[in-house]
Amino acid sequence: MTGNRNPLINGLLKLHITLCLIFIFTPIAGSFVFSLNSDRFPSLPLGSFSTEWYRLIWEDPLVWAGFFNTLLVGACVAAIATLLGFGGAYTDFRYKFFGKPVYLALALLPPTIPVVIMGLAMLAFLSRVSLSGNVISVIIAHGVMCSPFAMAIIRLRLSQMDPDLEAAAWNLGGNEWVTMRHVIIPFTKPAIYAALFITMAVSFDEFAVAWFVSGLNETLPVKVLGFLQGQVSPRINAIGSLAFVSSISFIVIAQILMRNPESKPS
Amino acid sequence: MNTRPSLFSLTFSLPLLIWQLAFFLFPLAFLVALSFWTVRNFQMQPDFDTVNWVKIYSRSVFWDAYFRTLLLASASAVLISLTAFPASYAISFKLGENAKRWMIFVLIIPFFTSYLVRVYSLQVFLSDAGILNAFLGYLGLGPYSMLNNSFGTLTGYATLCLPLVILLQVFSLNFVNRDLVEAAHNMRCGRLRTVLEVIIPSAKAGLVIAGLFAFILSFGDFVSPLYLGGGNPPTLSIMITDITKSGQQWPRAAVVALTMIATLLTVAFAAIKFAYREAGK
Repeated sequence: MTGNRNPLINGLLKLHITLCLIFIFTPIAGSFVFSLNSDRFPSLPLGSFSTEWYRLIWEDPLVWAGFFNTLLVGACVAAIATLLGFGGAYTDFRYKFFGKPVYLALALLPPTIPVVIMGLAMLAFLSRVSLSGNVISVIIAHGVMCSPFAMAIIRLRLSQMDPDLEAAAWNLGGNEWVTMRHVIIPFTKPAIYAALFITMAVSFDEFAVAWFVSGLNETLPVKVLGFLQGQVSPRINAIGSLAFVSSISFIVIAQILMRNPESKPS
Repeated sequence: MNTRPSLFSLTFSLPLLIWQLAFFLFPLAFLVALSFWTVRNFQMQPDFDTVNWVKIYSRSVFWDAYFRTLLLASASAVLISLTAFPASYAISFKLGENAKRWMIFVLIIPFFTSYLVRVYSLQVFLSDAGILNAFLGYLGLGPYSMLNNSFGTLTGYATLCLPLVILLQVFSLNFVNRDLVEAAHNMRCGRLRTVLEVIIPSAKAGLVIAGLFAFILSFGDFVSPLYLGGGNPPTLSIMITDITKSGQQWPRAAVVALTMIATLLTVAFAAIKFAYREAGK
């Protein structure tokens, strides 16, 4: 597209992309390799193949308890965040009102607040109203942090909708509720599913705020933080690899649902 | 439109508003009140006392940590932006549509991996007898000390921020008018000069915002400075976790947190003002 092409410079630029990708993905790939390695402190040359770390986490009841907490939190957070996010996205799509920028700021700002500060604020507040130290407190906190993502995903889908579609449904005699049920929700369905899975994936990996507020009912990522603080243990890698595979499965499912051909805009 | 909000509109707009007011804005506002509370006999009690502010602000440990955190986060924002830019530029200007889409997809993947696991993995790579040093040893170099110092911290920050910064830079570069670039070339403007005088100014807002995100994330992160930087001397976020987890001195942690928020707001406003300032003034 541009006039001057210099193969040397283009080659160097592509090399730079590759180096950035190597930097980003080496720790991720490394964690997979270490999880299947017999060494406690892996170094070069690598030790032998071993599934020991997976066996250890399989037999650890605390890991299982954490896993079920994570699953419970993730499912509740996905439902809550998607409901809240849908409402927010539809409000932004449909209405103009006084104070709308404030409404949007309040809805979308949580991810920009550092997690330690969120964690401290949540802990101080929730313990005041006797809600801290249990699974509900993690769900509340993750609801705050995940709903902006759900809102963004659903808002994106709504912006692909012809705004006249809704008016047409009203002209045909459907009231707002009927139109919502038969026009808006079917149209945004792929985005709703995507939002469910993505918010669940975000909640699955969140450890800092959960660590502050969860008390004894740790989720799996909080457990991992505990392993990291205690003795060195490649169990982290095994848990991380499994969590990564499940997160990626969620994303792939979300992607497939987003591409659902029958609801594609023409 | 209608002046009185209908039941229908409230059904959809209110739940999010109420949730974020009750569980986001209110807890943050509560931090302000908390910072004036006092602790007696290991019990927090509502009060209006500036003792926490005085105690924290009169400690040199706090100010050391404050300026170290500020320096580390600024260094992180600048270094990561500079590292990311050639990659973003190449992705936006040199790759085909298909390759561009793939690259964006690949750069999103790290967001769904656990940051903790990546940091733990980096420990294995960077430690004194770790993989990187063993590899350098084969080449007859090192060993270098890469863990428990600022290098470790910054490496961790980069793991956290680099994918996001590249993505944000790519999105802003994608909006640069290609005709401008073409025009610059037609007028015999050199490659580097085109980048510096045409592309960067027209993508300025996005580039500054990307750097701002790196700053915000690094400023608030406690994992990298703790597990890769060694945690001693602490950063502000480590201070907050230490104070909170080691007892009932939450009011003091609130002072540190509020100072962080004030700093972040100042930096964010300055950056946004700079980003949207008219070119050439």
